Amino acid sequence: MFDIDRWREIFQSINKNRLRSVLSGFTVAFAILLFTLLFGIVSGLSNSFKSAFADDAQNAMFVRVWQTSKPYKGLQTGRTIQLKNDDFNYVKEEYENKIQYQSARIYKNFTLKYKNEANSYSVRAVHPDHQFLEKTIIDEGRYLNEKDLQEKSKVIVIGRLIKADLFGEKPALGKRINMNGSSYLVIGIFSDEGGDNEERLAYIPTTTAQMIYGNNDYISQINLGYNPDLNLDQAISFGNQLERDLRSKLNIHPDDQSALSVRNMAEANKNVGSFMAILYAIVILVGSGTLIAGIIGISNIMIFVIKERTKEFGIRKALGAQPLSIVWMVVQESVFITTIAGYLGLSLGTYLLSLIGDSLEKDYFIKDPSVSTGIVVGATIVLIVSGLIAGYIPAKRAANIKPIEALRAD
Amino acid sequence: MIRIEKLHKSYPIGKESIHVLKGIDLHIKEGEFVSIMGSSGSGKSTLLNIVGLLDIHDEGNYYLNGELIKDMNEKKAAILRNKFLGFVFQSFNLISYKTALENVALPLYYKGVNRKERLEIAMEYLEKVGLKEWANHLPNELSGGQKQRVAIARALVTKPKVVLADEPTGALDSTTTDSVMDLLKDINNEGMTVFVITHEEEVAAQTKRIVRLKDGVIVSDELTKNTNSVSHV
Repeated sequence: MFDIDRWREIFQSINKNRLRSVLSGFTVAFAILLFTLLFGIVSGLSNSFKSAFADDAQNAMFVRVWQTSKPYKGLQTGRTIQLKNDDFNYVKEEYENKIQYQSARIYKNFTLKYKNEANSYSVRAVHPDHQFLEKTIIDEGRYLNEKDLQEKSKVIVIGRLIKADLFGEKPALGKRINMNGSSYLVIGIFSDEGGDNEERLAYIPTTTAQMIYGNNDYISQINLGYNPDLNLDQAISFGNQLERDLRSKLNIHPDDQSALSVRNMAEANKNVGSFMAILYAIVILVGSGTLIAGIIGISNIMIFVIKERTKEFGIRKALGAQPLSIVWMVVQESVFITTIAGYLGLSLGTYLLSLIGDSLEKDYFIKDPSVSTGIVVGATIVLIVSGLIAGYIPAKRAANIKPIEALRAD
Repeated sequence: MIRIEKLHKSYPIGKESIHVLKGIDLHIKEGEFVSIMGSSGSGKSTLLNIVGLLDIHDEGNYYLNGELIKDMNEKKAAILRNKFLGFVFQSFNLISYKTALENVALPLYYKGVNRKERLEIAMEYLEKVGLKEWANHLPNELSGGQKQRVAIARALVTKPKVVLADEPTGALDSTTTDSVMDLLKDINNEGMTVFVITHEEEVAAQTKRIVRLKDGVIVSDELTKNTNSVSHV
């Protein structure tokens, strides 16, 4: 298919008719530039939404309890609900195959002290799975493990900022800190993308907390990560089912939201998902409109160009050019111009997006705007096809004009 | 070389149709230098277009180089034109963005000759028409006579059987007309069949055989005093 002579003819024709080549190229380049910018900015918006939820795992579910607001089975309103280890184990056994991670959470507030430095911090007693639910990033050492829980070890994992408060630049790992009179071994230091508050926390084993502080089996909250194999609808119905079961187990009215509720990330994800889907639909609509305008632009120019060249085609035919060779010449020229111009538009668009970068994140919620390879490849294919169509239809007509009529044209 | 029998051609104009050629019989042998004379509307251009495979006849037979021209499609016609025919037009019809050399080389491109060889052959023919020094000039840098000589070089470059010239001197002054006619005579003297359409008596007088056309029929067909060895049937 590659024919150096034909390419030479095409380059000569493009080169000798620069104005019209540039004009037709400009239409396409501009359309693609707009398309790229539009798509990039929306993907930036989408990135902002995603990072807003990046603090916790995407599949997180939280079982939380307060006081009853409805009487049920002879029990009074205003009863305080307390989750216990038994509830934790019930969930674990009942829904084993629907759960990826599971952790209890007990909220405490303690003063942490190292040498002369002391401060009050929120402390959470959790299970090892908590690391994945909270997306805790271990910078040094390790997180809590099963052995810590079994042995009720007095170990602690502290946030980056606690380490900075108490230890400054000095190493903290392996040191002992005092928490409410008990000595804890620092086994890990973590950071968290959720912000400063999340990095001013400390984690200790659930069992240790239950033994030392109150000697009971109470827990404040159950955190779950549903099985990622579940789709959003299945995850939402799992959350609802869990809510019903726990209410019934704890003798709560089935509709008592304020006594026990399950906060399910799947629901938030579903809302964001459908919002983004609508946004993308709009972009695709507007973007294809822009592309179509570009294609119509180049088609018009091609029709004009071919009218202008009708006589030339007549001459070529009189000299022995076959109709197909004329069609190919025009189509190849058109595809060449659209592809090059489209590529330029695309590169310029991508470059502009990279210039924008994160500078619009604060005021306009546009984070890291960019276009994916799939979009780039798709747009390029659309361009080549449109160049093909824009060139083929008028060229076919021109090639079928009888040579004598073509020669008479001016 | 060219044999035409009872050729008819009509053009539709609205609902009517104009009968342009009304039964032409003509036989042109290899090596002849024939001119077709006639006023405008006599059908002479139509005849040339049919002979040149640029148009299709309605009735009658046309044999080019012994081959019956029938059911021509564009592709077949293009191949035959490239192989057997060379065209010289009144308005030169050079491609404006190509140099003289590239214009001459173009028919060879459609013949499938490679670039290097093409340009060599084209240069040879430009030299023959005395325009070697002008090879890299664009058509608008050439005079009318020079353009027509480039066109003649282009018509000859594929070594066709017949050169068809449609009012080749129509756009030229008398001096350049003579130089173009001299060139056509030279070509004919080398054995090429030349077929000229003109309405100028002086041009026709320089050919070897004059066919006069009026209202779509041949009214006379005679040899001129230029005829030496070649005779017609």
